[in-house]
Amino acid sequence: MSTETIAPREYQIYSGDDLRTNVLEISMGPQHPSTHGVFRMDVSLDGETVVKLKPVFGYLHRNHEKIAETTSYLGSMPYTDRLDYFCSMTNNWAYALAVEKMAGLAVPERAEYIRVIMAELTRLQNHASLVGFLTNDLGASGTPLLYAIREREHILDLFEWASGARMMCNYMRFGGVRNDLPSGWLAQCKKVVDDFPAFMDEFETLLTGNEIILSRCQNVGVLPRDLAINASITGPCLRASGVDYDLRKVDKYGIYDRFDFKVPLGSVGDCYDRFMIRLLEMRESVKILKQALATIPEGPVNDSKARNFRPKPAEAYGRIEGPKGELGFYLVSDGTPKPHRYHVRPPSFINLTVLEDMCLGQKIADAVIVLGSIDIVLGEVDR
Amino acid sequence: MTPINPDQLIVQLTQWALSFLDSYPLVAVLVAILLSTVPLIAVFPGCFAITTWLERKGLARIQNRIGPNRTGPLGILQPAADGIKMLLKEDIVPKTSDRLAHFLAPVVLMVPAFTILSVLPFNRNMIPAAVDTGVILFFALGSVSTLAVFMAGWSSRNKYSLLGGMRAIAQMVSYELPLVLSGVTVIMMTGSLDTTKIVAQQQLSEWIQSSNAGLQCLGQIIGWNVFTPWGFAGFLIFFVASLAEINRCPFDLPEADSEIVAGHLTEYSGFKYALFFMSEYVSAFAINGLSTTLFLGGWSGPNIRPPWSDDPNALLIPGFVWFFAKMFALMLVMIWIRGTLPRLRVDHLMGFAWKFLLPLAIMNIFVGGFYYYAPRWHGIPVVGWPIGFLVMYLSYECIGRLNRGPKTAQRVYHYAS
Repeated sequence: MSTETIAPREYQIYSGDDLRTNVLEISMGPQHPSTHGVFRMDVSLDGETVVKLKPVFGYLHRNHEKIAETTSYLGSMPYTDRLDYFCSMTNNWAYALAVEKMAGLAVPERAEYIRVIMAELTRLQNHASLVGFLTNDLGASGTPLLYAIREREHILDLFEWASGARMMCNYMRFGGVRNDLPSGWLAQCKKVVDDFPAFMDEFETLLTGNEIILSRCQNVGVLPRDLAINASITGPCLRASGVDYDLRKVDKYGIYDRFDFKVPLGSVGDCYDRFMIRLLEMRESVKILKQALATIPEGPVNDSKARNFRPKPAEAYGRIEGPKGELGFYLVSDGTPKPHRYHVRPPSFINLTVLEDMCLGQKIADAVIVLGSIDIVLGEVDR
Repeated sequence: MTPINPDQLIVQLTQWALSFLDSYPLVAVLVAILLSTVPLIAVFPGCFAITTWLERKGLARIQNRIGPNRTGPLGILQPAADGIKMLLKEDIVPKTSDRLAHFLAPVVLMVPAFTILSVLPFNRNMIPAAVDTGVILFFALGSVSTLAVFMAGWSSRNKYSLLGGMRAIAQMVSYELPLVLSGVTVIMMTGSLDTTKIVAQQQLSEWIQSSNAGLQCLGQIIGWNVFTPWGFAGFLIFFVASLAEINRCPFDLPEADSEIVAGHLTEYSGFKYALFFMSEYVSAFAINGLSTTLFLGGWSGPNIRPPWSDDPNALLIPGFVWFFAKMFALMLVMIWIRGTLPRLRVDHLMGFAWKFLLPLAIMNIFVGGFYYYAPRWHGIPVVGWPIGFLVMYLSYECIGRLNRGPKTAQRVYHYAS
């Protein structure tokens, strides 16, 4: 560890003979109200301007990967719910995808549709709450957040109905999903999806043209295209910087090649682009959901043989486009019922690495919204 | 026995009570002081309690929630529960803090907050301290709150508190200028710093004293300063600046919870925190009371003479009812704004004060002067009114356009092919 404390980059602190100034070092977090959990930023401030910022995390570390290596493949499935606790469905899917790839399991048609429906519902509720939390960081005393939470409740009710749990769903299985959808579920889901655009319209009218949001988010926390690529940023943050990279299009995992949807791209890569890309992606998710709900076939939803199995020695990397970015699971099997190596590629964690580059030279209030616009969940960052 | 005048009932009762003490002039003075200060200290904390409940309920409705509903019907006893909780909480003082300043800060904030209430005319003959320079006294005492907030920020020995204190000084000193300058226009037009005269100037006494009930009503309303071009612009400037002056959303930077935890309030707990909280609301009442006095006609409102009275100045509805109604209406607008808008950033906040509000307030003074000297037709400002409005609108547009950088704009988003 170097002992250097201040490294201003492209930023000069005025220190004439007549005026002695000093930077103010603040440890923002882990109990700070807007660090989205137990995250800490060691910030050096010149007045209100950020001169240096060091993310500190690990407060929520709980040995996820090592524990997974000492339990059976299926035993880790409920534990993946706790990674990004906002999006347990997509976590399940990414893990199931990795195991299926390694063991060569096939997924029935209906289960693929259910997975797409669950993943896109997850994306809707994640993006809606994220935009809500972002406006909370902007100081909007919670009004847009509570509007988003209202919509999220409808989606969580659907999750509860299908899987028995609202957040820790534990719904996907290797070779399918745990159980078929209850009767009436699809009709209710259709209703929720049909009602969602009305909420989107309300949300956009309320937020996108607001003068304060425009002036506070535009040209704040700019993530240049090159840096985004080099730092392996993924998800909406990458697309806000103008890079056309969506795993649903690139990998076409599951049955995403059957649906007609577009990938919105930003141009500047600032907080406003990241905010808008999420709003636009919600509209695309609604499109996918409508198509999937209209064409979902009948049939089996899982492969009952794939419970406790011993895959042949092999390795596999399964990745999906989670709401926060590329969520990947890397697995190495040694022929036993337990994975020899289990590694998670958490999008929140990797997207967080550019936080300092985005915050330098901005105000302390901007650092908060830049962090908010990255969309982190500490359960996934710390694992 | 004079006929009962509901408007002046309280004043008459006070005078009647004091008439027993005519032979003891010293005691009479003391009792008179008590009779004018005790109601202030009793009524405004009550208003504060009602407003906290209103704010919580109102915000909850805006945000699609129910709000407090466990304590009494509709949660109306919530302020009492909050108060008991605050009083029972442990008073924590940080070990490294400057204990004296930490202790004094809430007191320094509270005393002027209550003192400035005394120059507000709640009704005719109902002003706790009839000072000739009431408006100046109000602004002078009101600016002490800046010191209190910085004392709190400095003495807590907490970096968030210090940042909050720094922000508070910059913000409150900057917004004092447009606040005072928009008030200056009213003072120029009235020719007096006396708040009772400012209210009297906004009433058309000829109409009020006529026998037609409709004219009596109208005469209480039509003369309000807010219906003149300079008064309208001045009222808006005054209201926006007062939001910043009392640290209300969207200018609540000194206590921005998402950035600097609670700013200068971070290290306060228990009763001291309650004092801070109450002082902020009392200052909000005071500044809304002043904008009511300066622009919204003070205690005058749609009102008629009671049918049994021949006194030309008698009124059926007590004037303080209108005063408090307007004050609470302004409070409700503040709650509405809080439920709607996000917070400004520090540099935008300062730019807004110095580059936008201040030039507009100065322009408003010139418009006020023009309005005063412009020719009139039967006393109606046929020239001053439209031209004044036009000039204020044009300067609003011009100053707004000069300030609008090329930076912010609605964007068009493309989709990947």
